[in-house]
Amino acid sequence: MSLLSVDSLGVRDQSGRSLVSDVSFAVEPGDRIGLIGESGSGKSLTALAVMGLLPPGLTASGGIELDGVDMIRAPERRRTGVRGRVASVVFQEPLTALDPLMTAGRQIAGPLRRFQGMKGAALDEAVRAALDEVRLTDTDRIARAYPHQLSGGQRQRVAIAMALACRPKLLIADEPTTALDVTVQAEILDLLDRLVDVHGTALLFITHDLPVVARVARQAHVLRAGRVVESGPITELIAHPTDPYTRTLVDSARRFDAALRGAHDD
Amino acid sequence: MSRRRSLHLGIGLTLVLLLAAAVVVSYLWLPFAPDDTSGGRLSPPGDGHLLGTDKLGRDLFTQLLLGGRIAFATGIGAVAVGSLLGVSFGLLAGFATRWLDDAAAVALDILIAFPTLLLAMIIVAGAGASLGAAILAIGIGMAAIVARLTRVLVKQVLAREYITAARVAGISWPRIVASHILPNIAPTLMVNLALQAGLAVLAEASLSYLGLGTPPPNASWGRMLFEAQATALTAPVAALAPGIALVALVIGLNLTADGLRDLTDPTRRRARTATSPASSTSPATTPETAATPASEPAAATAASATAAATATASAAASAAERDISPRRAAGADGVAEPSDPTGRSER
Repeated sequence: MSLLSVDSLGVRDQSGRSLVSDVSFAVEPGDRIGLIGESGSGKSLTALAVMGLLPPGLTASGGIELDGVDMIRAPERRRTGVRGRVASVVFQEPLTALDPLMTAGRQIAGPLRRFQGMKGAALDEAVRAALDEVRLTDTDRIARAYPHQLSGGQRQRVAIAMALACRPKLLIADEPTTALDVTVQAEILDLLDRLVDVHGTALLFITHDLPVVARVARQAHVLRAGRVVESGPITELIAHPTDPYTRTLVDSARRFDAALRGAHDD
Repeated sequence: MSRRRSLHLGIGLTLVLLLAAAVVVSYLWLPFAPDDTSGGRLSPPGDGHLLGTDKLGRDLFTQLLLGGRIAFATGIGAVAVGSLLGVSFGLLAGFATRWLDDAAAVALDILIAFPTLLLAMIIVAGAGASLGAAILAIGIGMAAIVARLTRVLVKQVLAREYITAARVAGISWPRIVASHILPNIAPTLMVNLALQAGLAVLAEASLSYLGLGTPPPNASWGRMLFEAQATALTAPVAALAPGIALVALVIGLNLTADGLRDLTDPTRRRARTATSPASSTSPATTPETAATPASEPAAATAASATAAATATASAAASAAERDISPRRAAGADGVAEPSDPTGRSER
């Protein structure tokens, strides 16, 4: 049984407009899957639907099974049980994804306390270990810091530490590097790459950035206007894109590369 | 901005705490017994009577202290009633969606459109004039305003990504409310409640002035104003003393409210330590609200002609109303309501 199977998922808004239609894919334990698409292509909605957290007014159809739980129709209690423990999400903008009035340490401690019953010194120790794991030095200061006192990269590391605190089987990364500097992006990608490797976590990586997804994922699905237009191994997609949209993505990435190289040659 | 803020907090807290200390003292010691009329009618200050006596010969300073008890009881009681009812209803309304949400919003708008003082008068007229009825009435009026603010704040917080992040982490709704929503709406709510406390004190004074608040023989600042107005020209202290006390308490509460903003918000806490804060962003609420109650003693003394009794009442009433309306407008327009409470629309 797949860890996550999405079967002809459709998402509609109140007026019946289709936002996502007929999206199907599966994630096996330890897999690394990329979801590529431009803004409005339905990739983030797909991720939210997987967690059973579509915004009010949107309805999902089709089938989503996450670790055996039907994330569309199962009662809220069962779906809450899956969130955080089986699957977790890292969001695009780490400043808004962290509670501004809660210290980083307390935010990481939250899930640990609730799901693993830790407290006191053991909890402090676990929080420090989690911060260590995302390569944050000066863990004592960061644990006591509020989000606005951290840099963008540090915040995203805290968010990753939070998401991985309870060792989920699936990590959904929703454009986790888009809001960051290019140099920080590379560090965060390396970090994610290493962490999912170490823990054997499956990764569903959502992005609009082809070179980024090529670094971390093996398989990818290209979404456009709520539909999957192309799927396959990421190397294949880059080498022989068949869909016109994929081709434009690859071409623009190439042009960007060429421009960089040209500037270097000058 | 922030240096001025802490000055506001300092002055405001000093005023409120001084008055509170006086009230505490009144429970331990009073210069004269409340019903001691041995001082002679309308005697000027002196002869042991710090502020002189009123027209029944009671010591004015004693009456002022006793009135302070009522003012504080109203402020605390009405805020307790208003925040309990208002925050609970506002939370429920904040979570409501679709038609239930619209219904809650309309219900609150109707309640708020109803003048607080009129609502209080109706309740007091039904339940009889007593301090409890006045507190309840003012508290209910306040609850509608607090509920609407809470509802909008909850919707705003619900639209934040960290709520989605918390849900994604498998945290249940009650826990999200307790650990994310309430702490995030608390700063704004507390500022508003401190302002509302000032309004409540003013509303009780207005009710008492109209004879609908605390019944005699208990001294209330509002009724002291009423009783003093006939003799305001011959014995101005009797009118000035409760007026000034009232203004001091309301200004103190308003300044405290303004200063509280800093204390409760860690992002501002950092800003306070910064060296050159910008002053232009300080909200206009304090000067505005502080200016309004200042008209009170002037109105009270001007009302020395007995025919002006109702004029003063309506001045007090309209002062209270004017004081509420700017924030109502802010509540209605200041915060755009998110159409998508989880804030996770497709990007």
